[in-house]
Amino acid sequence: MSGNQIMFIVFSAMIVIFSILTVTSRKILRAAVFLLFVLISTSALYFMLNYQFLAAVQLTLYAGGIVVLIIFSVLLTSHIDEKFESPALLKRVYAAIASILGAVLVITTLLNNTFVPGTEAAKDVNMNLIGNSLISWGEQGYALPFELISILLLAAMIAAIVVAKKIKTK
Amino acid sequence: MNNGIPIEYFLVTATLMFFAGVYGFITRKNLITMLMSVELMLNSVNINFVVFNRYLFPGQLEGHFFSLFVIAVAASEAAVAIAIIINIYRNFQSIDVEKTDEMKF
Repeated sequence: MSGNQIMFIVFSAMIVIFSILTVTSRKILRAAVFLLFVLISTSALYFMLNYQFLAAVQLTLYAGGIVVLIIFSVLLTSHIDEKFESPALLKRVYAAIASILGAVLVITTLLNNTFVPGTEAAKDVNMNLIGNSLISWGEQGYALPFELISILLLAAMIAAIVVAKKIKTK
Repeated sequence: MNNGIPIEYFLVTATLMFFAGVYGFITRKNLITMLMSVELMLNSVNINFVVFNRYLFPGQLEGHFFSLFVIAVAASEAAVAIAIIINIYRNFQSIDVEKTDEMKF
């Protein structure tokens, strides 16, 4: 077994275990930290696939930005050592049945499918190529979604400020 | 093939992560933990995009850029959702989905 495979097994085991812990942990701050571990392992998978830029974005935006935002709002809205009451047994059973059935369905489908691996030479994804693709159009150009995303980010920023602003009550 | 890891292994990992998110979305009552479940699902879809791009279409970059855009959308979604959650907390002193049952302002 090569080192690559061992690393993949470690990271995917971390992803599966910590994502299950994220949705079952009864302390909310712990759930947030488990989510952080899941996101970091995901970025490790991106590094293994040789998408360094995407892995760095995943680390800075997801692990650095979103998790910090979530932890801040946890601190603002609930007590640190508060424990959730565990959800009703019937609800847990139904949810487990739904998700296990779905997982079995998807996994059998994808194991029975034959994937035809691409034969073209793999592209070297460097910063030059990414930057040029983001501002060019036509074949392999992503200028339109890039501009859309910038408008969306601006709108989200304004919306977040307006919604969270304290409104004076009479 | 690529690094000696078959594509199915990545997809099975992403599937388990997605359905962990589904389980959490159904059972949780706290708004922030529901948001965390949604983030799990978005993240597993991202893994699928990237893996399909690398294994099936290595000469193009569609999956790579699409997951970049999904990450940006997830970030803005989290920002707006947390603003709404803070507003709900201010009005109801709770972010439990079963206690926020009024649309009153």
